[in-house]
Amino acid sequence: MSTLLRLATAGSVDDGKSTLVGRLLHDTKSVLADQLDAVERVSRDRGLTSADLALLTDGLRAEREQGITIDVAYRYFATAHRSFVLADCPGHVQYTRNTVTGSSTADAVVLLVDARKGVLEQTRRHLAVAALMRVPHVVVAVNKIDLVDHSEDVFRSVAADVRSLAVELGIPDAHAVPVSALVGDNVVDRSTNTPWYEGPSLLELLEALAPDTDPAHESFRMPVQVVVRPQGAARSPEHVEYRGYAGQLASGSIRVGDEVVVLPSGTRTTVAGIDLGERSLDVAVAPQSVTIRLTDDVDVSRGDLLCAASDPVALRQEVQALACWLGDEPLHPGARLLVKHGSRTVLAMVRSVDGRLDLDAMRLAPADRLQLNDIGRVTVRFASPLPVEDYSTSRRGGAFLLVDPDDGRTLAAVMAGALAPGEHPG
Amino acid sequence: MTTAVTTTDIRTEVLSVTIDVTTVPSTAPPADLPVLSQLDVLESEAMLVIREITAELERPVLLFSGGKDSVVMLHVAAKAFWPAPIPFPVLHVDTGHNFPEVLAYRDATVERLGLRLEVASVQDWIDDGRLRERADGTRNPLQTQPLLDAIARHRFDGVFGGGRRDEEKARAKERVVSLRDDFGQWDPKNQRPELWNLFNPRHRPGEHVRVFPLSNWTELDVWRYVEREGIELPALYYTHEREVYARDGMLLAVGPWSRPRVDETVTRRRVRYRTVGDMSCTGAVESEAVTVADVVAEVAASTLTERGATRADDRISEAAMEDRKKEGYF
Repeated sequence: MSTLLRLATAGSVDDGKSTLVGRLLHDTKSVLADQLDAVERVSRDRGLTSADLALLTDGLRAEREQGITIDVAYRYFATAHRSFVLADCPGHVQYTRNTVTGSSTADAVVLLVDARKGVLEQTRRHLAVAALMRVPHVVVAVNKIDLVDHSEDVFRSVAADVRSLAVELGIPDAHAVPVSALVGDNVVDRSTNTPWYEGPSLLELLEALAPDTDPAHESFRMPVQVVVRPQGAARSPEHVEYRGYAGQLASGSIRVGDEVVVLPSGTRTTVAGIDLGERSLDVAVAPQSVTIRLTDDVDVSRGDLLCAASDPVALRQEVQALACWLGDEPLHPGARLLVKHGSRTVLAMVRSVDGRLDLDAMRLAPADRLQLNDIGRVTVRFASPLPVEDYSTSRRGGAFLLVDPDDGRTLAAVMAGALAPGEHPG
Repeated sequence: MTTAVTTTDIRTEVLSVTIDVTTVPSTAPPADLPVLSQLDVLESEAMLVIREITAELERPVLLFSGGKDSVVMLHVAAKAFWPAPIPFPVLHVDTGHNFPEVLAYRDATVERLGLRLEVASVQDWIDDGRLRERADGTRNPLQTQPLLDAIARHRFDGVFGGGRRDEEKARAKERVVSLRDDFGQWDPKNQRPELWNLFNPRHRPGEHVRVFPLSNWTELDVWRYVEREGIELPALYYTHEREVYARDGMLLAVGPWSRPRVDETVTRRRVRYRTVGDMSCTGAVESEAVTVADVVAEVAASTLTERGATRADDRISEAAMEDRKKEGYF
């Protein structure tokens, strides 16, 4: 059976990120002949002697014209063991916005570092964002190893820098691999050019990573998206009385007979059945989408959260959180916005902007507003209490959006919690 | 779980680490919990999207052509709301050049699931002069206006489409929930960030969202899912004999809207379709695939993308799809 792993890329300009992605696609035979023909044709037109694999990922006309990547592109490749969804995030334009977007769903971030340049300020920032987003795995591809004569010393030194940064930033799992995206060293197959390197190739490593989040290990939570109550419209007469609560398990697992709590009401009840379409399940595990039937006739609506009775979420009226601001106009304290958390949307007010996070020093700098692409600490008050967890405990339960109530724009990605990983207090 | 990170947690000592890819990762769920395959995860994501958009919007609609992606999307939608019926109608933009067996399949499916079908007819628009037939006879680009008109007329605010990001490079840039302005236009340079699995379909009056629940599926995923779920598809996805002629490296069927030129020879061959669209610009591929399993094997071994193999309309230019999408195409 094949599993799914979600990846996001990060890198600075000219680190060769598009080339690496192109190489992964090409060497896993995920690029088909007609796509390669097109790339070769355009490369020739531009006077290049070999196919520019970066052209595989730059899909928009403006990107091709300007030779840059503008927006996150999604790519797919697969090996015998695993399918990969890769969010290819641009390095410069709207950097924070794109990287935060790409890494919010990622099980692993692949970060490129130019072997000749080593760990730069930008590398530090990329790692800091990966740490903030709590991406479970970080893989540093030390690229252009061919341009430093496949030097073991260079690689060891970069790997050591990455290691100490990862420790400092609280990244739980970090790896480094010496690669050349251009010629393919250690991307798919281990290279004879780096005989001193005994670790896995990049692809072997990606195949072996645990498909995180491990939502199945945490306590059961499921936001109710839809109440399924067919009544007279039931597709079969036996289901006229059917009443189920449909949603996707955000974390944990649930069995028939388990006791659950409905939030915000706090009502306790028991799982009578779990349906996935016409199929009945004994157990469901995150991130499955199912419909849950309950033993009691309790009041449950869209937006409610079903959670394990043994470990319910506390309701909070106000949270401190880190917000990545994505709006064109700055965020000022007092802003009245919508919060989307799980399947619930409520009115909220940003009570205060408590500072802007300096990603280089990992320290909060004084600020009374947040500009586009700033990451800062805010205090948000909800119009009605929400079961918001700490983002450090649950990536799903601790994340919410701020939305413009007038035009619906997504204005901020917010992570609840008093301190960021690696942050120096005060 | 929060723990102080110690250096022993960090596996940057890759120089000495050898990873055995054949063993199960140590953090795998306990043995008594099911392990989800990629199809389970993709299906769940599509159900999440369909439920969320349906709950948040007033008047969603699902684009249904009888093509495999829309069939799979409809199958997932039925699962998402079972045992209640699918709570929205389906819309077909009929170019007037569709394969008759696909239209029959469409009608039978709508009937079986008790759905309401709306049809936006390109032929009607041509007949009354609102659209003009193109010189090349292709009607795919002509679908945009009738589609936008149907969306406006029925005040649909969310339109589910079967588009997949692996199909085409402009589609690879598309969000799962993608905003269209009040002219139906897509602005690829100014897309909303899409974070975690918090899908946000809110918009101003007059705007609408296109929603792609199968965004992260590949052609092979679709076929493996068809196989796993036992989904019936129009017969022309499987091998059959047909009179065809070669043009631009594709095999086009001889039919009322696709005639060979004098220099093109018609032969009878065993073919199947990888995509099903307008007859005038959708090509067949030679195939002996009788069963779904045969198709899965064939797709896995194919060296061409489905659009590269079978769609003339995408060959117009490097950015043909992007240009159509900006105007409001699927």
